Amino acid sequence: MSELPKAIQDWFSARGWTVHPHQHAMLERAGAPCTLLIAPTGGGKTMAGFLPTLAELADGSHDGLHTLYISPLKALAADIKRNLRTPVEEIGLPIRIDDRTGDTPASRKRRQRADPPHILLTTPESLALLTSYEDAARTFKGLKRVVVDEIHALAESKRGDQLMLALARLQTLCPDLRRVGLSATVDDPEAIASYLARHPDPCDIVLADPGPAPDIRMLETEAAPPWAGGGAAYAIPAVMAQIKAHKTTLIFHNTRAQAEIFFHNLWLANEDALPIGIHHGSLDRVQRERVEAAMVRGELRAIVCTGSLDLGIDWGDVDLVIQIGAPKNVKRLVQRIGRANHRYNAPSKALLVPANRFEVVECRAALEAVRENDLDGDPRGPGPRDVLCQHILIAACSGPFDAEELYAEMTRAGAYATLTRTAFDACLTFCATGGYALKAYDQWQRLLQRPDGKWQLRDPRAASRIRMNLGTIQDADLIKVRLKRSRGGKPLGEVEEAFAATLTPGDTFLIGGQTVRYEGLREMTVEVSRNPGRKPKIAVFSGTKFATSTQLSARILKMFKQDSWPALPGHTADWLDLQRAVSELPRAGRLLIESFPHDSREHICVYGFAGRNAQQTLGLLLTKRMEELGLDPLGFVATDYATLIWGLQEVADPAPLFDPEALRDGLEGWLAGNAVMKRAFRGAATIAGLIERNTPGARKNGRQATFSSDILYDTLRKYDPDHLLMDITREEALRGLVDFGRIEEMLERTRGRITLRRLERISPLAAPLLLEVGKVPVKGAAEEKLLQQEAEELMRQSGLDQLPQ
Amino acid sequence: MTGYDFTLAGARLTALGSGALWWEEHRLLCISDLHLGKSERHIRRGGSALPPYETRDTLIRLSERVSALQPDTVVCLGDSFDDDAASQALPEAEKSQLGALMQGRRWIWITGNHDPAPADLGGEQMAELHLAPLTFRHIADPLATAEVSGHYHPKARVRSTTRPCFLLDRSRLILPAFGTYTGGLRSSDPALTSLMAADALAILTGAQALVVPMPR
Repeated sequence: MSELPKAIQDWFSARGWTVHPHQHAMLERAGAPCTLLIAPTGGGKTMAGFLPTLAELADGSHDGLHTLYISPLKALAADIKRNLRTPVEEIGLPIRIDDRTGDTPASRKRRQRADPPHILLTTPESLALLTSYEDAARTFKGLKRVVVDEIHALAESKRGDQLMLALARLQTLCPDLRRVGLSATVDDPEAIASYLARHPDPCDIVLADPGPAPDIRMLETEAAPPWAGGGAAYAIPAVMAQIKAHKTTLIFHNTRAQAEIFFHNLWLANEDALPIGIHHGSLDRVQRERVEAAMVRGELRAIVCTGSLDLGIDWGDVDLVIQIGAPKNVKRLVQRIGRANHRYNAPSKALLVPANRFEVVECRAALEAVRENDLDGDPRGPGPRDVLCQHILIAACSGPFDAEELYAEMTRAGAYATLTRTAFDACLTFCATGGYALKAYDQWQRLLQRPDGKWQLRDPRAASRIRMNLGTIQDADLIKVRLKRSRGGKPLGEVEEAFAATLTPGDTFLIGGQTVRYEGLREMTVEVSRNPGRKPKIAVFSGTKFATSTQLSARILKMFKQDSWPALPGHTADWLDLQRAVSELPRAGRLLIESFPHDSREHICVYGFAGRNAQQTLGLLLTKRMEELGLDPLGFVATDYATLIWGLQEVADPAPLFDPEALRDGLEGWLAGNAVMKRAFRGAATIAGLIERNTPGARKNGRQATFSSDILYDTLRKYDPDHLLMDITREEALRGLVDFGRIEEMLERTRGRITLRRLERISPLAAPLLLEVGKVPVKGAAEEKLLQQEAEELMRQSGLDQLPQ
Repeated sequence: MTGYDFTLAGARLTALGSGALWWEEHRLLCISDLHLGKSERHIRRGGSALPPYETRDTLIRLSERVSALQPDTVVCLGDSFDDDAASQALPEAEKSQLGALMQGRRWIWITGNHDPAPADLGGEQMAELHLAPLTFRHIADPLATAEVSGHYHPKARVRSTTRPCFLLDRSRLILPAFGTYTGGLRSSDPALTSLMAADALAILTGAQALVVPMPR
């Protein structure tokens, strides 16, 4: 199939469009089992993916589902539906197109299963759900092609692993299924290709012309950036001026909270009342859709957004992208820049706005990396087993399965190609009985083996519980926010449960760009009223925090070696000069530690430049060691470049703390009890189906029915430390949240060369850390002491200690 | 002893860091909401297979209290079993462990809302226990005084640390849940703020029982 039907060709010509070379290449390979297209945003990538489908469906002879399109975003699926319907309707092709996401009404979903459209646009989670129904074989009958959009983004997460397992399932149902992946520029195309292909099939890679280099600079402002924080409020006037000078501007933020605050400030400065919108994943769907629609109609001059707009939605005439805060990762920056100028072969225009002084340095380093096209990327390990467990449960929902066949099917997903039968069986046992050393559930196990050897659910009603908890997205627990019923009950969005718990009636916070007042919690919903004008308490529904990549960190350390910094703005160069005068600048080959008293506590600041997660781990390891040595640590905070620890005692000799052997040895023992492990456990246990986020019948009585995953973790650790989930948790924590690999890299780089600088007060480079959020308390001896003091103080202040008890 | 001593209606009591209550005068140990068999009930009802160790863990902690204090009387303040089926399904090992604990002392099962008809495990069963001047029952009666109850699983937050806690005012004491798999209800919940007097105290469990004004 290399010929485009005349009707489609005519439609192209009538618009004065030509088919791009890479679109031709995709048509030529239409019959190949697997193809990966790598093209810049705006290169007609999606059309290249769909052209073979349109060509094959043009004669109207195909019955049922033909092409499945998977995108990481609901919004993207809706957007593609719109974009695809235009040519289909104008050409008059007999093609039915529909989308299916978590937002699709149940009635339409039912219809889709019984009578699927020719092209179904969906997300990995909705696809997994579709494969969990007993009638999956009928729904997918006749399926020929699957197009995975933005596969570079999916391949970085468990969502991609889940998707590839679902594709392995589909391939069993439809052996002729052909796969197409659409990707932005990446560092390692081969890795993505083998991730996408049915193992061990080959996968062709089509590289589109990358287009002209982007026009990217740092935004120059009159005001200097502040010392810490991520708000970039100082840049509001300059950003406003840029919005006025351009047609449509996308303003990216790294977290939702930052986007909210920035939007609020931008709105206060919006004297000309320019139409500016906000878009992020915590906002209510209706609100998001309204913004998306306004954007498509070209009515908005700017959108303040987060990663929810990272991916290839076609927003039409965006002519400027502004990135607020350091991009942390060069690859993502390049992909974001690609959001501007969706015209093929026009350079994208982008501005970086560092949110604080340190980010000025990081932005500078990122600019150089972009210029040298030095993309960063770390290879992912084999497919995670918690996703595998969930997939086994999904398979059980769709009907009885044969373990041997299911195992064979799963190993045809690239990420699981090296999965051993033993590892698979351990996951199956976990799904069936919990996999505990104590055989307690023989009578009640979840999966039963039938006399014919196949596995099935013991209780068919369990299927709906499993479906309710499907998915691998590990957002913190979110609860809905809506206006009070007396004020219309309009849903506004979601906030993290932990944030909601800190609210007391009368508190104000930002959501969707408006200030609201907390009224109370009602049936697991935060009720608020509008409260314009008051200064809001900050919403802390933080998005994902990314660690600065190894490559970018290395570039920053290299910049520090310079005698002077002509490329940096004066205020930042002066700051680095001051640091050099007062203390010194960190170097790649030595570990700099500063020690100083501050606010009646002793502090040490460790400049490891190992990225946020590894610095966090370092904080946990060091405080544990300090606790043992009687140094009474109280807490720490980590950023991408340093860890600041405070406590009651001065650290005079840091060398014993950094003995690599001790650090490595301490890791396993230490890993056991800390909060990072508990967080990793919570994620793995939720995905593997041990913890149910959603249960039938919402909790309505006052008493909390759930118990914390921490307690499950502690119990397992005590009574069943070799349990599968403990094993998964260790593995996860090491590569993700713990990131010990980068501590190793740091130790390797510094080889025990430690410089300790005792200072009279906090250094210029360390000061911003004090203002960082996300401080981690150390629950040790010092904490017990202070808790006791605090309790006594509270009793004294309240006068309750005078009462006869 | 890492407890907090106080008087309720003239009775001298100690709230222990473990979440148990000690009444020295009667050598009486009181615990609430053991929820034995919770994980079993969970999977029986089609839920996931929670680690089946919580009954063992709860009983081990209870044994530690009992052997340290050697009480004459133990009062379980209700919701001792997650439901009736859970009490019947208690594994032999746990049953005999419990039997050993009950040996040689008065053991009282107060009935709760989860286990209205307590199990056939020996001991006495009653809806309320009156032992002057105190009354022990599962759910607090808003009009009662000199009352010891459980049910709510209260917890409180101080210095960003949340722990299960006792709640105490002049009329009543509410015990934290002793069971291992038990969630908690914040002391700031209206169910608790409306029940407790304005000057109520929260006694946080932990290595050392800590008393604070009840966080609202």
